[in-house]
Amino acid sequence: MFKEYEPINKKMFQLMDNEGKIINKKFMPEISTEKILKAYKDMLFARTADQMIVSYQRQGRIFTYPPNYGQEAISGAVGQIMRKEDWLVPAFREMGAYLAKGASLKELFLYFMGYEDGLNFKNAENFLPFAVPIASQLLHASGIGYEINYRKKDQVVFTFVGDGGTSEGDFHEALNFAGVWKAPVIFIVQNNQYGISTPFELQTASDGIAIKSYAYGIKGIQVDGNDFFAMYAAVQKSFEYAKEGNGPVLIEAITYRKGAHTTSDDPSKYRTKEEEEAWDEKDPLKRLKAYLISNKLYSEKEEEKLLEGYKKQIDKEFVEAENYAAVSLEDVFKFNYAEMPDDLKHQKVEYENFLKWKEARM
Amino acid sequence: MKKVMNMVNAINDALDIKLAEDDRIIVYGEDVGLEGGVFRLTEGLQKKYGVERVFDSPLAESGIAGTAVGMAVAGLKPVIEMQFSGFANPAFNQVVSHVARMRNRSRGKYTTGMVIRMPYGGGINALEHHSESLEAVWAHIPGLKVVIPSTPHDAKGLMISALESEDPIWFMEPKRIYRAIKQEVDTEKFSIPIGKAKVIQEGSDITIVAYGAMIREVQKASVLAKKEGISVEIIDLRTIYPIDRETIAQSIKKTGRIITVHEAIKTFGVGAEISALAMEEAFLHLEAPPKRVAGFDVIVPYPKGEGHFMISPEKIFYEILRTVKY
Repeated sequence: MFKEYEPINKKMFQLMDNEGKIINKKFMPEISTEKILKAYKDMLFARTADQMIVSYQRQGRIFTYPPNYGQEAISGAVGQIMRKEDWLVPAFREMGAYLAKGASLKELFLYFMGYEDGLNFKNAENFLPFAVPIASQLLHASGIGYEINYRKKDQVVFTFVGDGGTSEGDFHEALNFAGVWKAPVIFIVQNNQYGISTPFELQTASDGIAIKSYAYGIKGIQVDGNDFFAMYAAVQKSFEYAKEGNGPVLIEAITYRKGAHTTSDDPSKYRTKEEEEAWDEKDPLKRLKAYLISNKLYSEKEEEKLLEGYKKQIDKEFVEAENYAAVSLEDVFKFNYAEMPDDLKHQKVEYENFLKWKEARM
Repeated sequence: MKKVMNMVNAINDALDIKLAEDDRIIVYGEDVGLEGGVFRLTEGLQKKYGVERVFDSPLAESGIAGTAVGMAVAGLKPVIEMQFSGFANPAFNQVVSHVARMRNRSRGKYTTGMVIRMPYGGGINALEHHSESLEAVWAHIPGLKVVIPSTPHDAKGLMISALESEDPIWFMEPKRIYRAIKQEVDTEKFSIPIGKAKVIQEGSDITIVAYGAMIREVQKASVLAKKEGISVEIIDLRTIYPIDRETIAQSIKKTGRIITVHEAIKTFGVGAEISALAMEEAFLHLEAPPKRVAGFDVIVPYPKGEGHFMISPEKIFYEILRTVKY
């Protein structure tokens, strides 16, 4: 696969057309029907949650949220391959991968409602908190990769960044370090065409991102990120390659952010309706659903039933998050250091004295 | 057993001891492996512990700090070198946004215990970007601890503590006295607590707080003051943050006068913090305003002009006289 789809050949790896028909049987992955169905349901769940979160935000029940809409096949594929012991080093637009790792929706809600507790994913091992500064997380992935090699562990690191993030120096440094160290890291660039409002051609003069892999002496491949089967096959291949000690892989997943950058953004200012409609044709859920229906594995009726259940579950977790306990003063102080320095204790006591005064006086 | 060591030997010795007993420790940075760093501080460690544990990294400070975050959350204990403190600036984002915050962001699930060490400070005839003292910048970052030793003995003991700390330690080494001070240092393992200052000379008329290469200058100034009948108490801060409020406040209450000496620029510096501390904790004991002897608020001049900038014992003595006679 890597050879045939070398970035220099400028051929995007694709297995399924826009109507859900398999057009490239040679590289079709071995994947069970159950797994395909599970992947579709995971993607559907992620999309449903995503849409509901946007509406919660509009109701003023959550602060800000970066929608995943249109990019679900990428995390959906990773979610089927990543094991419990593997590492997930996220950016912030990979909901399907978080849920697959064991994070709960409630935890995600908590974070976007403004609780640090939402980043302590209790049932997700080896899952770092979201990284907001852009591309800085990629270096953490390379460092974890070093530890895996040093301890001779059987683990792989999955890490994500957007097309905008590839302009950051840390993107370059992370790939460079991982290349030198032969670190088992899969760098997944979700090339969704925009960094907030900045289009790809203003981000880089490079002919895509996968081609940058040559500069680091590592494998790279450009994949149709809206084609679940292509994503699954590419991630599976990269996973095996990295796991066997061959070093990192750079996957450029071509996709489209159908939603806004975050709920504070208005895409109508920087892109046209025609462009959005053209990408609707390539929608990842539409395509996988067409495949499932044409193979008689799934029906619209089933989907209706699923959606009903999903909406109830999502709303239940959201309400639970809304009823989460208030942040204690103790929690504001206690996580900055292993032990609270005297200086902080002093500041805490002073504030507590003020609170006592306020209660008595006001 | 004791052995004569300079600061370079003493820090190397601390790393050697901990590398031998803790296989989580990984030492890397620009040229630190084969060559032992541009100051040869890590010399011999790669040969002894192998290239997996002591090695040369690509030339990228953000990359060095960022990969250390990954290693630390995965359970290792990275000791990374910034070749000069003036070259640590590209790592600012990684240190501020990740190293210092990981524990708090993950509510204690992931921690970034690591040592980020670097030579700093002026007075060595270096060209630009090699003479800065930015300890106040790093002390301003919640989640970090900032340590500065002033002797080979302290450097070893503080480095051992740093290597055993669960918090990230920003370890600044005053390169001007890397080799200028030699003393007998215990060859066994010993540690000096982080967060505690030390009264290194007792006195009754005035307290001087300093650290790093300035300690020696303060000691010389105190000899000049003694000739005038002024008894100087000297506190070696050892840790910039967490600052040891208690030791400083007690001393000020005793002497009634306080001067902070540092070569870092004056405004918004460590001396400002200590002056504020003096006012908060010992206001009624003060017999003169808290004073700072510090660098001008300018870019450190290149070597031919640096003489104007550096703090001399005479300059400290001058301020001692003014404060005592206030």
